[in-house]
Amino acid sequence: METIEARFHVDWPGFLLDVDCVLPDRGVTALFGHSGSGKTTLLRCIAGLERARQGFLSFKGEIWQDDTTWRPTHKRPLGYVFQEASLFPHLTALGNLRYGIRRVTTEHKVSLDQAVELLGIGHLLDRKADRLSGGERQRVAIARALAVSPRLLLMDEPLAALDLKRKQEILPYLERLHDELEIPVLYVSHSPDEVARLADHLVAMEDGRIVASGPLVETLARIDLPIRLGEDIGVVLDAVVGERDEAWHLARMDFQGGSLWTRDMGAATGSRMRVRVLARDVSLTRELQVQTSIQNLLPARVSAIADDEHPGLALVRIQVGASVLIARLAKRAVAALELSPGQEVWAQVKTVTLLE
Amino acid sequence: MLLLGSDMQAIWLTVKLASIVTVILLLVGTPIAWWLVRSCSWWKGPIGAVVALPLVLPPSVLGFYMLLAMGPDGPIGHLTRTLGVGPLPFTFGGLVIASVFYSLPFMVQPLQNAFEAIGDRPLEAAATLGASPLDAFFSVVLPLARPGFLTAGVLTFAHTVGEFGVVLMIGGNLPGITRVVSVQIYDHVEALEYGQAHRLAAVMLIFAFLVLLALYAWRPDAKKG
Repeated sequence: METIEARFHVDWPGFLLDVDCVLPDRGVTALFGHSGSGKTTLLRCIAGLERARQGFLSFKGEIWQDDTTWRPTHKRPLGYVFQEASLFPHLTALGNLRYGIRRVTTEHKVSLDQAVELLGIGHLLDRKADRLSGGERQRVAIARALAVSPRLLLMDEPLAALDLKRKQEILPYLERLHDELEIPVLYVSHSPDEVARLADHLVAMEDGRIVASGPLVETLARIDLPIRLGEDIGVVLDAVVGERDEAWHLARMDFQGGSLWTRDMGAATGSRMRVRVLARDVSLTRELQVQTSIQNLLPARVSAIADDEHPGLALVRIQVGASVLIARLAKRAVAALELSPGQEVWAQVKTVTLLE
Repeated sequence: MLLLGSDMQAIWLTVKLASIVTVILLLVGTPIAWWLVRSCSWWKGPIGAVVALPLVLPPSVLGFYMLLAMGPDGPIGHLTRTLGVGPLPFTFGGLVIASVFYSLPFMVQPLQNAFEAIGDRPLEAAATLGASPLDAFFSVVLPLARPGFLTAGVLTFAHTVGEFGVVLMIGGNLPGITRVVSVQIYDHVEALEYGQAHRLAAVMLIFAFLVLLALYAWRPDAKKG
């Protein structure tokens, strides 16, 4: 069985974790939730850093934990990146990398050079941990986790302790990781933006329970997602750069069922992009508006309507060809337009965020 | 020569005693300190209190109980008799054992602080990198706790050099066997040899100052502030 099966029941004073899930063994799975939702505890249970009294964990058919089995952390073939880099301060960056490599008992699939190259830390190897910036430290920590050739990479909010600039510095490396290594990654995050950029699969958690789980694009397209996303409700589309309008500095992103014009960020025609469309940037009209500043007008069909968190707002799920968008509208507008499932409408998309 | 032969003998004996006690306590105190930091056992409190007892107990009280324990009817006395070792009171061996108990908190407490300061995270990181707990102790905890070991070693050594009450109770005052510097000074004063007492006391004073100076100057985090 090529999957990760996890069942944990943790009952601490004031904290409950009760999960039973099957996680994919490939790609990046985001464990997403607000703080206190239990996502870090779930990750620590999978790593063996926390021992749930009642638990079951199998990784690709190997039992790591059940009623009679307990495989300690140091015998699990995993890499772990903590929220703070947690480098050993008495060692240099290279010493930190070698610490793990020396203790690898399985096959070396990721070489030291490869890890160093992937994270761009070649020039930092001689430095002690306290001579590195926050972003550099986290890159070394990620390289250290990769260099043990893990069969499973666990990342606990690796960017949360960093400011926006450092985040931007590391995100491209994480995206390369995603593209170049075939290691399944469990990525804990409370940032919808990181999840939208990096994840293939989404596990949403709330109050110690898993409330939604599925492929990222499908799961984000649900309007009944039982987790508060606030302003971050929106969908992710896999797109290809179809055309670049150099005169107006725009690029056309083609996705299944339509295309969207966005600011040209320099990506070559034909390159794959992930595009994020937030519900608050989508509005609906019954008639095609011609005199409008909005550049993206897509024919669509309403497939479902649901309440949003605020009583005055509704979320409308619309089908654009094979893809789904979500629009956030005032309920009064829903009533005025007499929107109902099956209705043909025009979607106006104001802003599109490119993620890759 | 400013110091008498007997003074030199007392200094040598003191250094020997303090060195042996420090080495023994490094070996014994380290696991105790580690256990006190890592354990969740109910025994943690009582054991911690017992370890700290010599800090507040008059040395003569400790010495008195040690004397009873090492005596022919005491538990240690029974043990030594069964093992075929002679009685411990008034021997160098007895002095070493008593000093180990007396200086125990001076080894354990700095180590305990050092281990606590390291926290869980480096151990967790080591585990995720494939290090067993024992491996992690030697490869991560020991290097990180080095300043703590330095402090603990120096304090233990210095404290053993300075003991008096326990020595008198257990060791008595046998030249070359149990007569350490502090006792020798006492003897000089008793005999009204103030000059000799002065010189030996000055040696001790300078020693104590140098030890503390070293301790404060070597503290690695002192520079960073």
